[in-house]
Amino acid sequence: METSKVVRGVSLQAPAVGGEPAVSGTGSGKADGAKIVARNINAYFGKTQALRNVSLSIPENRVTAIIGPSGCGKSTFLRCLNRMHEVAHGTMTGEILLDGKNVLAYDPVLLRRRVGMVFQKPNPFPTMSVFGNAAAGLHLNGLRNKAMVRETVEKSLRAAALWDEVKDSLEKSGTSLSGGQQQRLCIARAIAVDPEVLLMDEPASALDPIATAKIEELIYELKKKYTIVIVTHNMQQAARVSDGTAFFYMGELIEYGRTKDIFTTPEKKQTEEYITGRFG
Amino acid sequence: MNAQAWFRWRKVKNRVMALLTLLCVLLAVLPLVMIFSYTLAQGIGALNLDFFLHMPKPVGEAGGGMANALVGTLILIGLGSLVGLPVGVLAGIYLAEYGNNPFASTVRFLADVLSGVPSIVVGVVAYTLVVIPMKSFSALAGGVALGILMIPTITRTTEEMIRLVPASYREAGLALGVPHWKTVVRIVLPVAGRGIMTGVVLGIARAAGETAPLLFTALGNRFWSTSLDEPIASLTVFVYDYAKSPFDDWIRQAWAAALVLILLVVVLNVIFRFVTRGTYGDQ
Repeated sequence: METSKVVRGVSLQAPAVGGEPAVSGTGSGKADGAKIVARNINAYFGKTQALRNVSLSIPENRVTAIIGPSGCGKSTFLRCLNRMHEVAHGTMTGEILLDGKNVLAYDPVLLRRRVGMVFQKPNPFPTMSVFGNAAAGLHLNGLRNKAMVRETVEKSLRAAALWDEVKDSLEKSGTSLSGGQQQRLCIARAIAVDPEVLLMDEPASALDPIATAKIEELIYELKKKYTIVIVTHNMQQAARVSDGTAFFYMGELIEYGRTKDIFTTPEKKQTEEYITGRFG
Repeated sequence: MNAQAWFRWRKVKNRVMALLTLLCVLLAVLPLVMIFSYTLAQGIGALNLDFFLHMPKPVGEAGGGMANALVGTLILIGLGSLVGLPVGVLAGIYLAEYGNNPFASTVRFLADVLSGVPSIVVGVVAYTLVVIPMKSFSALAGGVALGILMIPTITRTTEEMIRLVPASYREAGLALGVPHWKTVVRIVLPVAGRGIMTGVVLGIARAAGETAPLLFTALGNRFWSTSLDEPIASLTVFVYDYAKSPFDDWIRQAWAAALVLILLVVVLNVIFRFVTRGTYGDQ
């Protein structure tokens, strides 16, 4: 790693949200309240560098929003957290700790059971029913107990605020639902395998305002149980749902703090310009 | 030219092009219609229940059927599929999922070459690989030849169809903590299923219609045989033998056999479509 990058990179402490004490970004292992600690992350696609020396710690049971213009590396950062970055043949240096343990030390399959993901476009499996989609993670991970699967599916669909809408059509195709329902089905599918962290990559960008509002309400509910990291293009959304906000620009973490502070009194000029819509 | 005339001219051009494409569709379908109707007209007369249930009669005796050839063709197709299906589909999966290297590019190229190799050459290969070591023509040798012929079609279609599956499904599977191979088998393959089946049916249909590679592998047999290590009859070789014979009766039977062969491919196609229809129709 070149020293210039280290100098340019900003290492910030996690925001003290909800009255919890601030988290040390440089402490060792699992710091108080930090679910994920990322240190000096550089991510590449071939020779193109997508992230520059990003250090960030994500508090447990909080919603952390990542904002920034297109191509700023926010999705790449998200995908580093559950090692989906390497699926797209990307490479990475630096370390990411989940509960104090380097994610590279986990088996990627087991890591992804603990760190679930919801994608930008709703992507229910087209060959499976609504029930089959919600149960996909359980079935594919070898759970055979039917009663247990049914129970978990119902619980997940309820948690995703979808149960009442689909309980009479569980055998219909997953793709026959509306876009907003499909996305909630994908959320149900992700939480059915009981992850601890939920990564959401612009989960509402393909949805209309009503469906978006439902997803946002849902996020608010889900943070009681899960640690949520959400990438969003929509700054109002970040302001509405998140406790902490990180602003990325050109692959660098520019500013990270309490959402309230970022949107009212940002410290960096770039942040202010972006959130007031002057660029990006 | 004023605007109105210009607009009329555009409409004329549009109509001409549309007609041209329709004409080409008709031209493309014409041979198929001709082959089918002529075979139907010539073959239907000799087609009766005896044809399916009886053995060939000696020269000069009227009647008789080709029960042995029908069963032989089914056995040969079965053997060929046993060789061609797993190799083709699994190779296709490899090329689509792990095929980002020079080795895979080479395999891809070779598969394309193999699909262009004259089928009689494949027959020679099966002759060398199976007939010579076994010191006998056999159903097995014929099955191997047909299987080799199926491989390139099935491999390349499987690969293409898997590549058409949006990456988001694969990623969704992986993000659920499902291992890569299981994601491919349980999520990606079902989505690509119908397309892959089309390739499989094409491969099998092509193999079912081959004569040349069977001539010196399965050879043909005028007697009832279902054992894999003996020569076996097939509809295509039957057509070949009977059509070049000087006997009217045999020539009629050759037409009937050709008709049965076409119907067999149609039936196989329908069965595969029925079996692989998704629970939720076309997606």
